[in-house]
Amino acid sequence: MSDAVLNILNISKSFGALKASDDVTLDVRAGEIHALIGPNGAGKSTLIAQIAGKLKPDTGKIDLLGMDVTRMSIAERANLGLGRTFQISELAMAYTVLENVMLGALGKRGGAFRFFKPVMKDAELRERAESAIERVGLSQHMNKVTSELSHGQRRQLEVAVALTLEPKIFLMDEPMAGMGAEGSKMLTSFLDELRGQAPILLVEHDMDAVFALADRISVLVYGKVIATGSVDYIRNHDEVRRAYLGEEAA
Amino acid sequence: MISERFFNYIVALLILGTALVAWVMDEPFLITLTTKAVILALAGVGLNLALGQGGLISLGHAAFFGLGGYAMGVLASHAQTFTPLMEAPFLIVGTNSMPVIWLVAIVASSLCAFVIGLLSLRTSGVYFIMVTLAFGQMLYYFSISWPAYGGEDGLSIYVRNSFPGLNTLDPIQFFGICFAILMLVIYGVSRLTHSPFGLALNGARQNAQRVHTVGLNPFKLQLAAFTISGAITGLAGALFADLNRFVSPTMFSWQTSGEIMIFIILGGVARLYGPVVGAALFILLEHWLGGLSDFWHVYLGIILLCVVLFARGGLIGALAKKERAHV
Ligand SMILES: Nc1ncnc2c1ncn2[C@@H]1O[C@H](COP(=O)(O)OP(=O)(O)O)[C@@H](O)[C@H]1O
Ligand SMILES: [Mg+2]
Repeated sequence: MSDAVLNILNISKSFGALKASDDVTLDVRAGEIHALIGPNGAGKSTLIAQIAGKLKPDTGKIDLLGMDVTRMSIAERANLGLGRTFQISELAMAYTVLENVMLGALGKRGGAFRFFKPVMKDAELRERAESAIERVGLSQHMNKVTSELSHGQRRQLEVAVALTLEPKIFLMDEPMAGMGAEGSKMLTSFLDELRGQAPILLVEHDMDAVFALADRISVLVYGKVIATGSVDYIRNHDEVRRAYLGEEAA
Repeated sequence: MISERFFNYIVALLILGTALVAWVMDEPFLITLTTKAVILALAGVGLNLALGQGGLISLGHAAFFGLGGYAMGVLASHAQTFTPLMEAPFLIVGTNSMPVIWLVAIVASSLCAFVIGLLSLRTSGVYFIMVTLAFGQMLYYFSISWPAYGGEDGLSIYVRNSFPGLNTLDPIQFFGICFAILMLVIYGVSRLTHSPFGLALNGARQNAQRVHTVGLNPFKLQLAAFTISGAITGLAGALFADLNRFVSPTMFSWQTSGEIMIFIILGGVARLYGPVVGAALFILLEHWLGGLSDFWHVYLGIILLCVVLFARGGLIGALAKKERAHV
């Protein structure tokens, strides 16, 4: 526990009668990919939203880098070192790929209250942005407007923006969704390397990717974590197989 | 299609040309009409920053236009009657120096915009429109019920305020002042659009969550934009009052807010010259159609409807190729 970058302690969150998070405790350690799996509606995105600050938990505590961030805003958490990608793309759709990523670079460096110098000519920001775009493989689409990108490319773009933040931890909500087999494979090997830069809390439905990548897996069902452990442990966990994996792991 | 930049140059030259031709032909009324278009355009440039780039649909910009107007009216009326505004705790006297009046107009309207923004930016959508409208109406009724400065009747200023080295009563010289200010402000807004602030502000309009996620605060960005926007519209108010040598609560009315918004919609939302084209068109229509029929607003309404339905980018959108800058 000592090297945990993110500590989620007894988080609960209800929407009316629905318990979307039910006493969730989970940690993400340096250097690891911690996969969060579970059926649709289990509360994975809700948990990510609470970690990122979009939703406030009803009870419980979230520690980021040893700091209690439970009451902090989205922007404050981002500035502390939280990089997030969304299940449903949250991008400036009329911006080009480059402009979206420049926004990330600007957020990281600060200085958004400068009113006079052309931002696209800022060499420092340009360099950060372009190298992030190159890393996710979007270089040839740099000047394309985001609304013209495929869903898979938007996913890659979200990752590129998160990269510019140089976060201490990544939260990724189904980054492979909408990607073809080829794209998933590329992203899988990219995330494999990325964990060396910062640990990843990865929500993903693509079980091949999860089993290939995860150091640990937590399984969420009806808002509750029913098991946390290594790939082998989870593959052979009876309750998990019953509740979620079904024939898939059989 | 021609580029938007080229189109903008043509618009600026047409306005300057109109005033100069009117001057050569000794048509002071036409110069004054052109000046009016320039000043209203400036008010629109202010609103366009909040509306077009910030996505903040303010129906209360008359508050700033009126404040600028009354900054001029109050200062000049005290100078006219040689009575101080106040004597205690310290002495404040009136003035008829334009630069001083502009400064006061800018400070007053930006302070007011900051406060209104602080309170109304907590809401969004229709509520934001309603809250800004309500603040505008508050100032409107306040101006009506303030007898010291004319109340409902407004305030007349008999001599146009002065600008060092110029004869401001000469229509072409006053036009020159207003035109120069418009060009300067447009230059500033264009720089702002391409600046880090512009990138973040236009990003927040498209997707506030995205901006938040990279660690920036959309509320602060929008508040800053709203404040600058109010300051520009306030400056326009001071010039408008000087043009007419008269201020009245009409400047604070919601119809004024609506008209400023109409300039933007006519010309093109978020387009640098959108309000300029819109205000010029508005003045032309008012002059021509207003001469033909008392119900010219009906025709304006039809034109507006056509723009909204068939030319979403306004007149500029229909005539010029879109410039891609954070929009
Ligand atoms: N804002 C909300 N209001 C009410 N119910 C919500 C809200 N967000 C999510 N839910 C519900 O909470 C449950 C968990 O949703 P979600 O976290 O999106 O699941 P997952 O990402 O695991 O598919 C679902 O039943 C969903 O309908
Ligand atoms: Mg989800």
